Amino acid sequence: MRADRQEQELKFTRRALLLSGAGALGFTILGARLYALQVLESERYRLLSEDNQFNFQLTPPSRGRILDRFGVSVADNRDSYRILLTPEGTSDIDLSLDLLSRYMTISQGRRDLIHRRARQNRSFQPITVANDLDWQTFSTVNLYAPDIPGITPDVEEVRNYPYGEAFAHVVGYVQTPNENDIANDHPDAERLLRQPGFRVGKNGVEIAREHDLRGAAGALKTEVDAAGRIIREIPDQSVDPTQGMDVVLTLDADIQRFASERLGDESASAVVIDVNTGELIALVSNPSFDPNLFVRGISSADYARYRDNDHRPLYHKSIQGTYPPGSTFKAVVAAAALEHGVIDPDEVVRCTGSTRLGNRDFHCWRREGHGPVNLHEAVKTSCDIYFYEVAERLGIDRINEMAARFGIGEEFDLGIAGVARGLNPSPAWLMANRNQPWTTGRTYNTGIGQGFTLASPLQLAVMTARVASGRAVQPSLFRNAMTPPAPHMGISDETMARVREGLRAVVHEQGGTSFSLGGLGIEGVEMAGKTGTAQVYSITAEEREQGVREQEDLPWRLRDHGLFMCYAPADNPKYACVVVVEHGGGSSAATRPARDILRRTVARDPSSRPGVFASLAPSTTRGGI
Amino acid sequence: MAVFRETVPRDLPGKMMEINWSLVLLLGLLGVAGVAMLYSLAGAEWNPWAVRHALRLGVGFTGMLIVAMFPPRFWIGVAYPIYFGALLLLVLVEFAGVSINGAQRWIDLGPLRLQPSEVMKVALVLALARFYHDLPTEKVTSLSGLIPPMMIIGAPAALIIGQPDLGTTLLLIATGLAVIFMAGLSWWFILIVGVLGLMGVVGIAVVGLENILAEYQMDRVRAFTNPDFDPLGINYHPNQAVITLGSGGMTGKGYLEGTQSKLGFLPEMQTDYIFTALGEEFGFVGGISVLAINALIMAQGVGVAVSCKSPFLRLLTMGLITTYALYVFINIGMVSRLMPVVGVPLPLISYGGTVVLSILVAFGLILGAHIHRNAEPPRGVGLFG
Repeated sequence: MRADRQEQELKFTRRALLLSGAGALGFTILGARLYALQVLESERYRLLSEDNQFNFQLTPPSRGRILDRFGVSVADNRDSYRILLTPEGTSDIDLSLDLLSRYMTISQGRRDLIHRRARQNRSFQPITVANDLDWQTFSTVNLYAPDIPGITPDVEEVRNYPYGEAFAHVVGYVQTPNENDIANDHPDAERLLRQPGFRVGKNGVEIAREHDLRGAAGALKTEVDAAGRIIREIPDQSVDPTQGMDVVLTLDADIQRFASERLGDESASAVVIDVNTGELIALVSNPSFDPNLFVRGISSADYARYRDNDHRPLYHKSIQGTYPPGSTFKAVVAAAALEHGVIDPDEVVRCTGSTRLGNRDFHCWRREGHGPVNLHEAVKTSCDIYFYEVAERLGIDRINEMAARFGIGEEFDLGIAGVARGLNPSPAWLMANRNQPWTTGRTYNTGIGQGFTLASPLQLAVMTARVASGRAVQPSLFRNAMTPPAPHMGISDETMARVREGLRAVVHEQGGTSFSLGGLGIEGVEMAGKTGTAQVYSITAEEREQGVREQEDLPWRLRDHGLFMCYAPADNPKYACVVVVEHGGGSSAATRPARDILRRTVARDPSSRPGVFASLAPSTTRGGI
Repeated sequence: MAVFRETVPRDLPGKMMEINWSLVLLLGLLGVAGVAMLYSLAGAEWNPWAVRHALRLGVGFTGMLIVAMFPPRFWIGVAYPIYFGALLLLVLVEFAGVSINGAQRWIDLGPLRLQPSEVMKVALVLALARFYHDLPTEKVTSLSGLIPPMMIIGAPAALIIGQPDLGTTLLLIATGLAVIFMAGLSWWFILIVGVLGLMGVVGIAVVGLENILAEYQMDRVRAFTNPDFDPLGINYHPNQAVITLGSGGMTGKGYLEGTQSKLGFLPEMQTDYIFTALGEEFGFVGGISVLAINALIMAQGVGVAVSCKSPFLRLLTMGLITTYALYVFINIGMVSRLMPVVGVPLPLISYGGTVVLSILVAFGLILGAHIHRNAEPPRGVGLFG
């Protein structure tokens, strides 16, 4: 009995030790596992835990400003006051909104939207209750916000275009980037681009200089919980954003705005250029649009209004529009004729109102003819018969060559997109594109600017500047450093002097096509100019019989384009101005606006005044309270 | 020849003298660790957990010492009533239970909520020890010796698996089998069962696990075997648990300095995952210390079991220590991703009233076994003798 009992106790002890051994094995495995996790692989898990714990919140940079040549802002950032509601900050969203509505109006639709957002978003993500509040309302809400649960007043930076329509085409606008913008941008920028409220350039200078204007995002290190809620900010481990750089334009906001207003409701362009440096002083396309509407997202009704307008406000006519240069081109043909010596300046051509080439009559704009004209008279009166003769003597190749020297068909690099190349036709071009041989008749038409030749207002301005200064100026829009005067074109001074004398006579001599203008209107300063009419539609014989004789009788879209190029002072040119009025019904629609803009420019003389240059330092202006 | 009479203390002071104070101290250390971690997890606040945990420990330790005073004869008498009472509670929980996380586990008793499955962990061991106390060793492997224990284990297991609580069910079954093993089940029987089990495993391997388990259970298996499976869903918490533990490193981030635990990357940090918080703040040193304390507790328990004269106390102590060891092993194994997720708390450290109380009652029984190790309660006294 006793031995049996001892045997039993021994058996129990053996089995107890066996189980203990199993337990010890189990615990050894646990210990080894802990060693593996906490000692061997600890670094990996430490990093993962930091990934969990910390988050880098992007701090968007302030966009650089766009300034005119004197440092006047044409695009800057304004503070936009808004009211945010954080759902987790209040137990009753409606109660908070009720309290808030004592100080501002909240529509039912807005309420519904807020409730919808509150259901979709995480409870700590703020919802915008109201945007773009006026200071009065905002400051009132700001005062009472601490007593309203969940309500936070906030300031956001929003792009602002103080000049609105006047600079819309040149400067463009910014908008929230779409998927395409994000895909085309640098991959590193994606997070910034996806920041709510972040906007990128969509047009004009805003997109062309996006890189400079944008700056670089900073990062704010924050500690977050598992839901992504920010527990605290860690500023000393954060990186400040690099603010965007300011961009300085050569434009003069005063003249730009004046030109824009002067063109009024016409579908027209105006370009003002410094004839020695090529700096653009004004680059206007009318009618225009309000870029501020685009920043927040334009309503479809507003957009439709712009899109469906037959005056095409969204189109940058001054650089994208191309027109037959009309008689303004005669300055180039005259220069070619003199330079190549195909005609003596004093040689007289008799204008009877028309001339015959083969079996076709070529008319002068003046049906009764100009009588005998020399070069001076021909330019002054814009005699077509004289220029038919000269063109025939020159031949298309020499006209083409001289036109190219004056910038026709040249694709200027303004630094913004959409600059039209125009067309400087040649027999090779005609054969390649239309499979037609060149004819003398085509040379005739080219000689008076009515053939295939197409030029943008910008190209006409460059042409005028080159005529005025004799320098091979290149147009520029960005003022990065002092622009030196352009080198001479290599056309003899004598030729240029004779052409300019003719252009001066257009305005200042009896019989000049723009004599009625009465000059520049500044005491002691003479101007030079040349009218041009680009034919849009030929009035048919049938219509003529029905009494359609004048441009005014035609529908707007069939009327001729009116052109005027001018520069001043005539004896020492500084500024040139070109105005093209689409369907203006003739050059007279362009002459007065061009003269007025030129007068304003000469009186103000922006090139001789000290201005600003783009510094390489980022913008120092920062918004915020 | 002088015979050294091994006596059983009868009066209270005598019994107090015999209390295994080193075991009490080890348990106390775990309790302190629990309070400290709960204080830290609440963001250095006594509320809501630390103060209540401390209170429960106070009640529990007092109860433990009271339980230790009762002689084995008393426990033999109440073993079956307690077991059937616990079984009744398990049935009740089916109808009147409070559902937490989709499983019915609680009975609401006004001020306190009772987890019948926790009560059963102690009651089952009591009942089995009671059964084998009366059974002659040679009958352990017989049919009459095998059927009743199977039923004693099977009834609560069937009820708890329906809650559903697979973890507790497996824990109960494992504990029961351990007691049967300790009672002296013959090796050839174990061998046969082992071979059958092996064949079962081979069978499952042939049939394929996916044909046996439900899809959601299969997902759990996939999640366990592959940390990249559904990382934001089923695997989120297991992965975060490992990050929490691993990021502690050798010496931890420092007390009150845990980031994973404070920033809510793990839910219910105060209960099942508290070991990871401890590992985060105290590192490998802290984790291995908790393991060591537990190993010492178990060694003490085994020592008590071996020293006992009566089969009842030996089996009771061994069974309870096995339950305790499984608690610790499963919990730490789970949070360190050594095992699939099963909801088992870490004894004395995890927050949770019933668990603390049932564990301390269990150790009250073990302390009592130590005090009464030389007692030899009569065998074959009948069902309630």
